[in-house]
Amino acid sequence: MSVDGDEIKEIHGPDHPESVGWTKSQKMELFADPDNPLTLEAGWVIGPIESEYETYGKLNDSASNAVLICHALTGDAHAAGWDSNPVGPLREYRKKKPGWWDTMIGPGKAIDTSRFFVICINVLGSCYGSTGPSSVNPETGQPWGLRFPVVTVGDWARVQMELLTRLGIYRLRAVIGGSMGGQIGLEMALAYPDRVRSMAILSAGHRVTTQGLAFNAVGRHAIINDPNFKSGDYYLGPPPLSGLAAARMMAQITYLSEESMGNKFGRRLRGKDSPDFTLTGIEFEMESYLNHQAESFVARYDANSYLYITRAMDYYEAAEKWGSGDLAKTAARIKAKTMVVSFSSDWLFPPELCRELVSAMCLAGCPVSYVNIPSRYGHDAFLVETEAVRRLIRIFLKD
Amino acid sequence: MVDDIYRFPEGDLTRAELVDLAMTHLLGKLRDEYKESPRPETSVVRRRWQDRVILGEIVPGSTVLDLGCGRGELMGCLIGEMGAKGQAVEVDPEAAMAAMELGVPVLNLDLNEVLGDFPDSSFDYVILESTLQTLKAPLKVMNEILRVGRRGIVSFPNFGHWRVRLDLAVRGRMPVTQGLPYGWYDTPNIHLFTLSDFFDWCKESQVKADPGFALADGQIQPLSEESNISAEEVLVFLEKA
Repeated sequence: MSVDGDEIKEIHGPDHPESVGWTKSQKMELFADPDNPLTLEAGWVIGPIESEYETYGKLNDSASNAVLICHALTGDAHAAGWDSNPVGPLREYRKKKPGWWDTMIGPGKAIDTSRFFVICINVLGSCYGSTGPSSVNPETGQPWGLRFPVVTVGDWARVQMELLTRLGIYRLRAVIGGSMGGQIGLEMALAYPDRVRSMAILSAGHRVTTQGLAFNAVGRHAIINDPNFKSGDYYLGPPPLSGLAAARMMAQITYLSEESMGNKFGRRLRGKDSPDFTLTGIEFEMESYLNHQAESFVARYDANSYLYITRAMDYYEAAEKWGSGDLAKTAARIKAKTMVVSFSSDWLFPPELCRELVSAMCLAGCPVSYVNIPSRYGHDAFLVETEAVRRLIRIFLKD
Repeated sequence: MVDDIYRFPEGDLTRAELVDLAMTHLLGKLRDEYKESPRPETSVVRRRWQDRVILGEIVPGSTVLDLGCGRGELMGCLIGEMGAKGQAVEVDPEAAMAAMELGVPVLNLDLNEVLGDFPDSSFDYVILESTLQTLKAPLKVMNEILRVGRRGIVSFPNFGHWRVRLDLAVRGRMPVTQGLPYGWYDTPNIHLFTLSDFFDWCKESQVKADPGFALADGQIQPLSEESNISAEEVLVFLEKA
């Protein structure tokens, strides 16, 4: 995933004592009561929906040790361990690697599954088991495509809380999320102040920046204008892979930093000493890396889900939703013990943006911890700076 | 004040007993840290005389902002033992994380960057321990402390101390003392002032300085007429007049 991802040498196999081992995803049907469907923030009504989730560790008798992990844009519920049954082409990648935050979650790890009951829930609109545009609409028998309703971060918080309630969890010991996952975590703490005891937000904020909106717009443009896109009804034919690949290549750049790309690839040519003077072939290592990233991504992601989920990120503005534009008024709702972590070279959720939330909490009189970790890894740092993040999360979950 | 009774599940405590308990707790933690040093007890007491005074001053349950909390021992104690609601600021990442480990909410930022975030009178106390003389804009920070806090607790080394004067007058060298152990080239102390200088500023700026305490001859003493020459370090309580 990250530019230095292949340098992370601490992959634990399923038999490692600190691995959660083989995992099995679960599904829960929610809002199935026709009298109580889910009314989405954008006005649509939907129900029943399915949510895929994974859990690790044991819920204690008082249900007070639940830690919710919120995944990022293209993530899934498979946060740790090895999928015991990776069905379908999108999950093929799971045969080669453990869950996306396996470095943090496991017995004895920073999010210690021998202490905590850890839950990760795939968001509504995704293509990893929760209802989304690639699911079949029961009314038509066809995939939803773009007829799927527009979902928001607020809807995700609502759905995840509903699922937790059904698991018998009233109050979360902690919610932890990075990037988009941090937006969901924040929304949980704002929407359900009494149900979140503590929250840790990494590389995330109360909104995306204008630059972030712009990046997402380019990604969607590439998908929507792919000739295979066919207004989202591509499920019976070839999918809009080149559009999705372009979206991923561009996004990948925003996850890195000039310094990390420069260090890793510089201006080196790919497998040659002099250029071939080709316009269409691969010349530079950097190009080759992006191509490779895009190739593996399009094999595991659905283009429509990419549209829905980036849109949800775009729309999220906590201050508009909770404080009529006043972020301090918004922050005053938070009762959770809060830790905010940013990374110096992150230009997608830059430190200044993370600071806005922290400042608002100070203004609102909410005690808060904030650390800006010096890092050259850009936005990816929250997944790559494992030492620093591990230490902070251990501190955060200590008492 | 001394007769106030604080109720705990384990039993009632007087204010003085509570402070003693907190101090014992705090010194216990520090003794571990200093156990390698040749005179551990002296180092701990020397470094922490201000904490004893501060713990005695702060009313349990108050709101406290600690600017430059270091490894957070004092703030951890105020929150954990004295029921304070606290916020700390510490620019050094290692120290900040150590403070977080004690359960202290810490902003790992330069204090100049954060003071503007807090509303007027949003804390009962704002603490600035041994830092004023290291700041680029000490008066700006002093004014912010008095805006944000109802009461400021400020400590600093006294450059009017007789040993400092002697060094400069007799040796003709910048003073290097136990409390001011730096050379001219590596000292973090960039704004040098005496206790009398500080009180002059208080008077000019309509700041009410309650009598504070001094470390003189290794003893904690109430500030007196002679403090400008006898005090190595001082701690004062400030309020807007």
